[in-house]
Amino acid sequence: MKRLRQHGAALAMLLLGVALLVIGALGGEAEIVFRKATHICMECIGLG
Amino acid sequence: MVRAMRWLRAHARMVAQLCFTALGNGYAAGFAQGKIYRGKGKFICMPGLNCYSCPGALGACPIGSLQAVLADRNHRFAFYVVGFLLIFGALLGRLVCGWLCPFGLVQDLLYRIPFVRKIKKLPGDRWLRYLKYGILAGFVVILPLMVLDIVGQGRPWFCQYICPSGTLFAGIPLIAANPPLQAALGWLFTWKAAILAVLVVLSVFVYRPFCRYLCPLGAIYGLFNPIALYRYEIDPSRCTACGRCQKACKLDIPVYRQPNSPECIRCGACREACPEGAIHSTLARKKARAQTKGSLDGRL
Repeated sequence: MKRLRQHGAALAMLLLGVALLVIGALGGEAEIVFRKATHICMECIGLG
Repeated sequence: MVRAMRWLRAHARMVAQLCFTALGNGYAAGFAQGKIYRGKGKFICMPGLNCYSCPGALGACPIGSLQAVLADRNHRFAFYVVGFLLIFGALLGRLVCGWLCPFGLVQDLLYRIPFVRKIKKLPGDRWLRYLKYGILAGFVVILPLMVLDIVGQGRPWFCQYICPSGTLFAGIPLIAANPPLQAALGWLFTWKAAILAVLVVLSVFVYRPFCRYLCPLGAIYGLFNPIALYRYEIDPSRCTACGRCQKACKLDIPVYRQPNSPECIRCGACREACPEGAIHSTLARKKARAQTKGSLDGRL
């Protein structure tokens, strides 16, 4: 119980993070990330 | 064997940084051919500032991904990337900056250059530290969301105008290996190369200037430092407030007062410097308690 109180906020954030990740993946955001990450980002390299 | 273990213990952070940078950027063919990795790993965000256009990168940069989703025509909230940031932040806080970030490693190596008088902080350090929050709000969130082209698409402003990690790990190797890209060089590359050059020179004198003043990812993880599963605690029965932790801290944090400062990258220098062993992490608490009990038993 004491440990839960000490780490409660972190565990809540962790669970929220997992939930958001799943919601985002189901909503198609993972594809946007993948598409961006698998093409040379001209802005990142200073040409865009 | 004992000597090797002692060496490993003393250099654990550097070893972790090198291993993580090598593993996260392990697509060697990319460097040889001037191309980037296009596998499934790019669905996953890396914890540190690791440009996804680095020829070796096996994962995606969280800050680049955040801007990509926010700047997308459909303007959605970036649930997926924020989810990754919450998970890394809740578990580790800014331990990511100190142990896992490739650009952090570069700055650490530059700071090791000897025969130069080191500066503890830049003039105006107190205010400059807030700059990273402004960059996070302005260049990572507001500008990609608000400044749109005619089809409603935004741009990754931080990557385009600031990110020195992209210039170093992606721009330089890709441009060096691709003559067509060399022909397209212009003022933007000069601007980004200048930012990188200034930070490289500064890093020799000041510890981690980019992490301290500019990094939006550090700004996010710093907010998690007080609540992350891995954090520091002070044993009030041992701490004498002698200030040796602050003296040892390259970021000049008064650890005895603020063990979970948003600036702390968990390098561990304060823990080593504390003569009373009063600083410990939440993960090492059991060990510390056992040691305390042992020493008390010894005294009794």
